[in-house]
Amino acid sequence: MKNSNLYSGEFACLEKANIDTDQIIPKQFLKSITKKGLGPYLFDAWRYNDEGYLGKKLADREINSDFVLNKSDYEGINVLIADENFGCGSSREHAVWALKDFGINVVIASSFGDIFFNNCFKNGVLAIKVSQESLNEIFKEQKENLQKQIEIDLINQKIKIPNIKSINFDIDDFRKNCLLEGLDDIGFSLKYESEITNYENKIKKLRPWILND
Amino acid sequence: MSQRTLYDKIWDDHFVAQREDGSTLMYIDRHLIHEVTSPQAFDGLRQNSLIPRQVGTVVATPDHNVPTTDRSKDIEGIKDPISKLQVVTLNDNCDEFGINQFKLNDERQGIVHVIGPEQGITLPGMTIVCGDSHTSTHGAFGSLAMGIGTSEVEHVLATQCLVTQKQKNMLIEINGQLQKGVTAKDVTMFIIGKIGTAGGTEHVIEYAGSAIENLTMEGRMTLCNMAIEAGARAGMVAPDEKTFDYVANRPFSPKGSDFDKAVKYWASLKTDPDASFNATYSFEASEILPQVTWGTSPEMVAHIEDCVPETIEDDKTVKSALDYMGLKPGTKIKDIEVDQIFIGSCTNSRIEDLRAASKILIGNKISNKIKRAIVVPGSGLVKKQAESEGLDEIFKSAGFEWRDAGCSMCLGMNPDQLKEYERCASTSNRNFEGRQGYKGRTHLVSPIMAAAASLEGKFMDVREI
Ligand code: SF4
Repeated sequence: MKNSNLYSGEFACLEKANIDTDQIIPKQFLKSITKKGLGPYLFDAWRYNDEGYLGKKLADREINSDFVLNKSDYEGINVLIADENFGCGSSREHAVWALKDFGINVVIASSFGDIFFNNCFKNGVLAIKVSQESLNEIFKEQKENLQKQIEIDLINQKIKIPNIKSINFDIDDFRKNCLLEGLDDIGFSLKYESEITNYENKIKKLRPWILND
Repeated sequence: MSQRTLYDKIWDDHFVAQREDGSTLMYIDRHLIHEVTSPQAFDGLRQNSLIPRQVGTVVATPDHNVPTTDRSKDIEGIKDPISKLQVVTLNDNCDEFGINQFKLNDERQGIVHVIGPEQGITLPGMTIVCGDSHTSTHGAFGSLAMGIGTSEVEHVLATQCLVTQKQKNMLIEINGQLQKGVTAKDVTMFIIGKIGTAGGTEHVIEYAGSAIENLTMEGRMTLCNMAIEAGARAGMVAPDEKTFDYVANRPFSPKGSDFDKAVKYWASLKTDPDASFNATYSFEASEILPQVTWGTSPEMVAHIEDCVPETIEDDKTVKSALDYMGLKPGTKIKDIEVDQIFIGSCTNSRIEDLRAASKILIGNKISNKIKRAIVVPGSGLVKKQAESEGLDEIFKSAGFEWRDAGCSMCLGMNPDQLKEYERCASTSNRNFEGRQGYKGRTHLVSPIMAAAASLEGKFMDVREI
């Protein structure tokens, strides 16, 4: 799936460090055998005051109205901004599937859990690292001016938020292209079929215990 | 040639190609699969008419979602229909694609990270992946072992390669002698307390120094298991004679002249004396005391003689962790009472862990304040070994429940969970909110510290027993 260069929309902030993937999508939802339908359970233990399970109807849930994503101001946001080490912990890709299903296609933090970071790009979710100073500035702007407008220019690697100097960010070329071109990652790797085969032939001699067929 | 680290050497030996987009295709030697992170990957293969490229390098087992009580009814005994579907789906997928699986009723079934080493699937110098973050465990053998997401599981199945980039090198040295009662678990928790849960981000950690060399292979697995909790994708220990002895004669390990050839290769993987690291830490083994976490992140850790933080007003993260944990600032660790004891998980469910914990319990009974204490061996074979040594009897007569192998209360996907506000001394690796059960409270400790806590119903210093 191709993404356009410009992501614009509205953001919400979760000002908390070390938000782990167990919080993004608790374990009981990992029983799903598909990627779809996890949005209602995103941040389940924080969004609701009752314990959720896969298939539990929204009508039966006790909503925690204090949680930022439940506030009417932040309905329909597509950008989530969190504190450092967002997505640490488990490798569950369900965390990204849940964010995406909820409608979030950009996450911004000062650092990320490695596996989560990779998982984002594999699913067309843009994960952006910014400095802690920039992050604090954004948190402040939202708090003081109830700001939620945001625009991200992926080609030029800039985040624009009203009242804040535009923020430049770094991103690896391969991740950027992956989003812009919507690459089929496996198809792309299979272009290197002959290199893979050559490598296999080499290790069959060098390290015969690896491929014992 | 310039001086290289263990990680550099494994990286170089697994380089297949540089993709046009600048990323690297790294060859994968072993791929472990479980029921939770694989169904969507197999679906992807089917949709794209792909098959596993090297099916002989893949081994599967159900572990996260399996019951640890009665196994007599096999899959039919899984009460939750959604959990059951996931285990059935794994069976179907493995059958369809010809993948070797240790099924629920196979005595070799167990936690992926326990069975890999146990079977000799995990070998030094290998690249190993699994759709599970604690794959770092296998780094104990001097392999490069990384947790991956489900899209990557699909990619590795189809291409036998991982799309990746070179990480930075980090060295963590622990020299000297560990105190009695201080285990590999305490070492790994101590390190996380020092460098933080993001301390190892974008790095591969190599653990070295005399205290690490002196650890058993099982201790090294415990150590590397929690490298991910320090933010690193992988942790490793250079392979040595102890490693070679451990892997010799296991079902999947090379035999005869292949083994000799392998040992020669493995012995060449040590970090060169002048290789450089991007970051280095060094600690004295004698500084490390038995550790207990008090918060909701593994870096929120103290030693047994310490207290939980006293000042919290200016630190929101600490305040919310203590609120969640139901602890007053300044509480002494030794004054924290627990409701449940869990000995198990890929961190601490191997035979040595069970031996050590059972020693504390011989001739003792757990406190009547403890609502439940369970031991969940890491694999069917660990269970069998423990039973042949009579460890099950020690646990049972002390008041523990003796279970079947699986992840169990490490993440509570199966029925083994904490109730709301229950507090657990757990030998697992994550104390995240709700990890062991909705609103449950987890304190991470070593197996002997967990056993000690069971006797008094609160944390005590195992060095005093
Ligand atoms: S024991 Fe726990 S940490 Fe280990 S693989 Fe299972 S769920 Fe993950």
